[in-house]
Amino acid sequence: MKPKFFKTLLAASAVLIASTGMAEQRTLTINTDTSDPAPKAAFEQLIADFEAANPDVKVDWNLFDHEGYKTSIRNFLTAEAPDLANWYAGNRMAPFVEADLFEDVSDVWAENNLSEQLGSALPSMTINGKQWGVPYTYYQWGVYYRKDIFAEKGIEVPKTWDEFLAACAKLKEDGVTPITIGSKYLWTAGGWFDYLNLRVNGYDYHMKLTSGEASYADPEVGKVFDAWDQLTTNDYFLENHAAFSWQEALAPMVQGKAAMYLMGNFAVAPLKEAGLTDETLGFFPFPEITPGLPAAEDAPTDTIHIPANAKNKEDAKKFLAFLATAEQQSKINAELGQLPVNKNSTVPEDPFLAQGFELLSNAKGLAQFYDRDAPAEMAKAGMEGFQEYMVKPERREAIIKRLAKIEKKVFKK
Amino acid sequence: MNQASTMPPKSGINPVTPPKKSMLRNQRKMAPWFFLAPGILMFLVFVISPIFQSLWISFYEWDGLGEKTWLGLANYLELFDDENFFISLKNNIIWLVLYMLAPPIGLAIALMLNQTVFGIRLYKSLFFFPFVISQVVVGLVFAWFYDPSYGLLNVVITSFGFEPIAVLADERFVTYGIIVAGLWPQVAYCMILYLTGLNNVAADQIEAARLDNAKGWKMLWYIIIPQLRPATFIAVVVTVIGALRSFDLVSIMTSGGPYGSSRVLSYYMYETALSEYGYRMGYGAAIAVVLFAIMMLFITGFIWKMIRDERG
Repeated sequence: MKPKFFKTLLAASAVLIASTGMAEQRTLTINTDTSDPAPKAAFEQLIADFEAANPDVKVDWNLFDHEGYKTSIRNFLTAEAPDLANWYAGNRMAPFVEADLFEDVSDVWAENNLSEQLGSALPSMTINGKQWGVPYTYYQWGVYYRKDIFAEKGIEVPKTWDEFLAACAKLKEDGVTPITIGSKYLWTAGGWFDYLNLRVNGYDYHMKLTSGEASYADPEVGKVFDAWDQLTTNDYFLENHAAFSWQEALAPMVQGKAAMYLMGNFAVAPLKEAGLTDETLGFFPFPEITPGLPAAEDAPTDTIHIPANAKNKEDAKKFLAFLATAEQQSKINAELGQLPVNKNSTVPEDPFLAQGFELLSNAKGLAQFYDRDAPAEMAKAGMEGFQEYMVKPERREAIIKRLAKIEKKVFKK
Repeated sequence: MNQASTMPPKSGINPVTPPKKSMLRNQRKMAPWFFLAPGILMFLVFVISPIFQSLWISFYEWDGLGEKTWLGLANYLELFDDENFFISLKNNIIWLVLYMLAPPIGLAIALMLNQTVFGIRLYKSLFFFPFVISQVVVGLVFAWFYDPSYGLLNVVITSFGFEPIAVLADERFVTYGIIVAGLWPQVAYCMILYLTGLNNVAADQIEAARLDNAKGWKMLWYIIIPQLRPATFIAVVVTVIGALRSFDLVSIMTSGGPYGSSRVLSYYMYETALSEYGYRMGYGAAIAVVLFAIMMLFITGFIWKMIRDERG
């Protein structure tokens, strides 16, 4: 009974305050799943700053755990919607946009000139020509490698596919696993497909494929697997990778038994905790495969949206505009150790982030990652197929055939 | 009001107007229903209605958010063209068959432990231990046991000079690997059922059998096991149900992988309907209905046998 009593009391006092004509405080409810230490601190700071800038708004912040949030968001968007909620760009937000659960925030973009300031994320925030949220952070993907092992074996950082293959061959010959990967949870294999497709066929084709306009039965996809074959059939990947999570696959790299890892920048923190330093750990962009093809990158973007059923949309839009500013994005990402989306913000001082910022600023396009660009059902089947291929390369044709079949179902071709 | 006179006056109680006879009779009839009501209500709300809801949803395409679209039997037709469904079904059958090892192994351990030696209570509780710990913990322990680089299994295998086996990453072994993990607590459960059963074995029959010179296997087969029939029945029932609802171990140890080869129906249902990449509620419901039909097959069989036994 206590909470109810408390609520009544609150309501009564609210009435009292309103009737006595005291300064009215509006509330703004935010739901996020940023429960890890760094994201939590970043949001604490962001909300405190917003409240300081808008003294008439009180922010009510509900923190969810990471996994539970994926289910909860479906419930709270339909039932008791907050005024703001965090989510992801690209196809991940499409179901909510199509179900009319996210508010169109194109006006926030137009009024604050965000198309220019957040230009790199504009395509991934746009569905049906409108913008549906504001991105606040992303990070680069690429190859993390052991600088000391490369130096010891006299290997240069590979820029082309041939150099990359030569590096792999040399490492393998000397008893070092060239590439570590843990594909137990599938998505790491999706990263390989993303990069091979982006480098073999380019950004436009990759986006067509993940959105269902192109087919897995195309010869283009065959070429991706041709390149992949050069790695799998030579056993360049870590043995038994299907048994490991991505964290478990860090171990061989730390021990010097493996030399490279295609990963997102979040891998740097655990690698450094395990003992690697800026002297032993390096980063290079995924090498060029089709010569002359402009490079596009994977850069999963985190975003904030206004639910269509929000009560206080006016202040929610203020909050989005506030979140989009260069100043706030610099602050948030200094805390997160990731890259700000606003191009006028300052990048945290870190060699990996500096490289990442340069990489993403010059990218032809930014993909969100396979499981965010492709619709859920296709993503699951695709990543499973990629994992199976990496374990059993000889099943390549059967897997491609299966993906083509599932794609027909998913996209209702 | 002469009904009162038909009631024998109870000594020491004031003759306050006793309840009417018809009400009393009703009370007798109603009382069990009153006591059953909460249970029945819960059963209707949480068991019966979801069954029909699942059946209903299985005829639709629905992502859990938007509009439902009527599909008729299309979800079921799709099942027959879905190799993942058949992999799951095949694995479910492997689970069912191999899980049937649990009752005999449980019986063997129970027979071994059914003696009075110093410290037998400790042994019994140690054997029962795996049933007490959570399935999640069992799954984690076995996942580490199978770990290809540091797991105990592979330390042993490599010490004999063999190549390490990545049990949970190899489509040939993965389902068996999980079943072994599942058998560990299941055997313990069957053992406890048999231990209590063995307490009730009639001593005079054993005595009589001894006089007739029955020993060893003959004694076990003709004297002990027939008397353990109730325990065997329960052990088989819980084992069948345990095998069919195998979900937690698959989820913890492999998430259905590698590439879906260790999926079972319950896990596949969860994946399609509720996981991160799912939200195909209709299709998931169709899988649930199939699983339910398989369970019903066994459950009606068991109930039929129970009724037959009760009638003698």
